[in-house]
Amino acid sequence: MSALIPYIDEPHPVTGVTNGKFGTWLFLASEVMLFGALFSTYIILRTGSTSWPHGYEVLNIPMGTVNTVILITSSVTMVLAWASLKMNQFGKFKLFLGTTILLSCVFLVIKYFEYAAKFQHEHYPWSSTYFAIYFTMTGLHGIHIIGGIVVNGYLWGPGSKMWKANPEQFAGRVECAGLYWHFVDLVWIFLFPVLYLL
Amino acid sequence: MSGHSPEEIKKHVKTYIMVFGALIFLTIVTVGISYIHLPVEQAVLLALTVATIKASLVSLFFMHLSNEKKIIYGTLGLTGIFFVFLMSITLYL
Repeated sequence: MSALIPYIDEPHPVTGVTNGKFGTWLFLASEVMLFGALFSTYIILRTGSTSWPHGYEVLNIPMGTVNTVILITSSVTMVLAWASLKMNQFGKFKLFLGTTILLSCVFLVIKYFEYAAKFQHEHYPWSSTYFAIYFTMTGLHGIHIIGGIVVNGYLWGPGSKMWKANPEQFAGRVECAGLYWHFVDLVWIFLFPVLYLL
Repeated sequence: MSGHSPEEIKKHVKTYIMVFGALIFLTIVTVGISYIHLPVEQAVLLALTVATIKASLVSLFFMHLSNEKKIIYGTLGLTGIFFVFLMSITLYL
């Protein structure tokens, strides 16, 4: 146990989990409310509007589908990275987490092309209520992807030095980063049908 | 999650791969349904059902909620109440 911050590599006697993990779940609870506010906004805007485009008329479904598959795959490689650490296979951890980061970047590149196509057709956030909520929700989700890349990039690179000094704490950090990453995947699982398919 | 010995983790890895297969399958299903162009009510119901199943798979297995400590369930339960309240507001506007 670290002398400075207690219960970062062993469970807290009261909660039964490390402080880092509990803190991550509290953060995710606030994230549920953040995206919940936007989803409820979407419902109110859509039910209150006189006309609303079908997602499949204005968005590129194949691109959205590919991005869904990419994000799901990155979630699997994320959990496999954690499992590799637990099986003491540091090389595999690097491979899986590296794949997660790579797939996250591919997701953003595809998103960039989607946005570019929208701008080309003069669909901007201020063009219609639909595009206002589309850009707000996918934009906020995209910022979360960037945040994940930064954290995962740190854990893959300089942060991975901790594996030698304190493997338990390092595995805990990867687990918490994973929880966040799965949440980002989870939000997309709802965003995709709501914005693209309905 | 309990069971962190290398042997147990190996079993988990098999589960992760199976869940991955199920998630890809459900993605194909939800996109397939959208091409049928069902009436709005049915389309919304089906799409949200499939999305909820996918979200459950991710949270239960990848986020290890199938086997978590009470404090985490408590935190999420409380969040759930607030979330349902927030969503129910939309019914009255």
